[in-house]
Amino acid sequence: MCGIVGIYLKTKKFEKNLGKMLSGMLNNMESRGPDSAGFAIYKDESKKLYKFSLCINDLNFNSFKKEISKKLKKAKLTQISDHVILKTLEQPKKVIKIINSNFPKVSIVGYGRSIEIFKQVGNPKDVVKKFKLDSFSGTHGIGHTRMATESAITTDGSHPYSTGEDECLVHNGSLSNHNNLRRELTKKGNFFNSENDTEVAAGYVSNSLSNNKSLKDTLTSSLKDLDGFYTFITGTRKGFAVVRDEIACKPAVIAETKNYVAIASEFQAMAHLPDVNGAKIFEPEPGIVYSWGN
Amino acid sequence: MKLDLKKKKLREINSTLQNLDVKKNERDFIIINPEGNHALCAGLNQEMKVLIKGHVGYYCAGMNQKAHVTIDGNVGTGVAENMMSGTVHVKGNASQSAGATAHGGLLLIDGDASSRCGISMKGIDIVVKGSVGHMSAFMAQSGTMIVCGDAGEALGDSLYETDIFVKGSVKSLGADCIEKKMEKKHLNKISALLKKSEIENIKPDSFKRYGSARKLYNFNIDNVSSY
Repeated sequence: MCGIVGIYLKTKKFEKNLGKMLSGMLNNMESRGPDSAGFAIYKDESKKLYKFSLCINDLNFNSFKKEISKKLKKAKLTQISDHVILKTLEQPKKVIKIINSNFPKVSIVGYGRSIEIFKQVGNPKDVVKKFKLDSFSGTHGIGHTRMATESAITTDGSHPYSTGEDECLVHNGSLSNHNNLRRELTKKGNFFNSENDTEVAAGYVSNSLSNNKSLKDTLTSSLKDLDGFYTFITGTRKGFAVVRDEIACKPAVIAETKNYVAIASEFQAMAHLPDVNGAKIFEPEPGIVYSWGN
Repeated sequence: MKLDLKKKKLREINSTLQNLDVKKNERDFIIINPEGNHALCAGLNQEMKVLIKGHVGYYCAGMNQKAHVTIDGNVGTGVAENMMSGTVHVKGNASQSAGATAHGGLLLIDGDASSRCGISMKGIDIVVKGSVGHMSAFMAQSGTMIVCGDAGEALGDSLYETDIFVKGSVKSLGADCIEKKMEKKHLNKISALLKKSEIENIKPDSFKRYGSARKLYNFNIDNVSSY
């Protein structure tokens, strides 16, 4: 069992409250996933800058800042607990190489022109608090509370998984053919950080999107290629999409108003959202891709 | 009596209803701010009326006996699961496994029910004004299911008994479920249940009847792929 949540704002009305709305949703999904939590927020899209979400673990921020500034000129760093948002004009390939070869303790949680990702082990309420999710604004966001099943409770085992620029994926369920798929995708040049099944699903989506397939087509073909139980929410710079496998054991409920679309594993995650009682509330049907903003 | 889930804990409210003082006349309850809580009104066992204003979570009114519970909203997984008697009326939509394993009483859903509605039902009457999702009445054993809309894939898969009546289309029938001849007694059954559910303007003969072909009752090597 895990809890997944997402919110996409159709208008600007709640942009300043996005973090608050999402943190309430994550807090209410604590019962579905007490082991770790994470969230991705899409905000302040930049045409020039790339943002890297880094988990520096127990590394000292100031010494990391000093060291990385030597390698990456004009990089701007902001610390939020054990995560750092690094903004740079340099191309991702170069940045990733510098970080991987010089800072083995630092993990790249995600990168893009809009996305910021934070994830850590611990109770969702504590994770949300330590990353100050309440203070975030943005256009859309996705979150996850994890009850670990097939791999260890670590930061790398936490969701969301980001395997491409401004992409992320959260998952409630389990995949049974992830090892085979991981091998196939690795051959095609994808890189995986963990043994986790969800990371493979994220890699599958990234690989398909990089071959110029639309998100909707990608998720439709995932129904054939991914074996197991799942409800996925996938985020892109423009919006998000949701799909449930055809057996549909893993729950999901969607609430749509004129200002936002919210999705969660259970209704109680969104009971606090504004005007939710007047929202159109429905369950996504099995095997059908729903997407907004893409 | 009004019970507010913002002011009282779920367990307190359930306990009040479960331990109803039968010597008192208080038999009408309204629950406000349910906010998707699970197991609300589970285990009620006395004659009473409960109106829940809003959306609820899983297993609402589970194991119900005698009580009449109305939900003015949507319900999560397993509404009225294992109900023995009484009525549960959902004014919105129901999630999966509505009325699962229930032995008796009436479950009325005004909207749609998603997958596995009436899974392993054992005597309950289920009336759905909308449609039901895939694998509804899976392994159903006894009781009646009336669907005024459409049914999803594999309706009545591995069915024992249970009469299933569907007005709209059926995407596919599950293993050992077949269309059966509608007889007078079945029309009477539909008519009585529609009346009990206060559904007018739908004629009993507009439904089709589905039931068990009874070929999977005993092991037969030829059916091995269906077991």
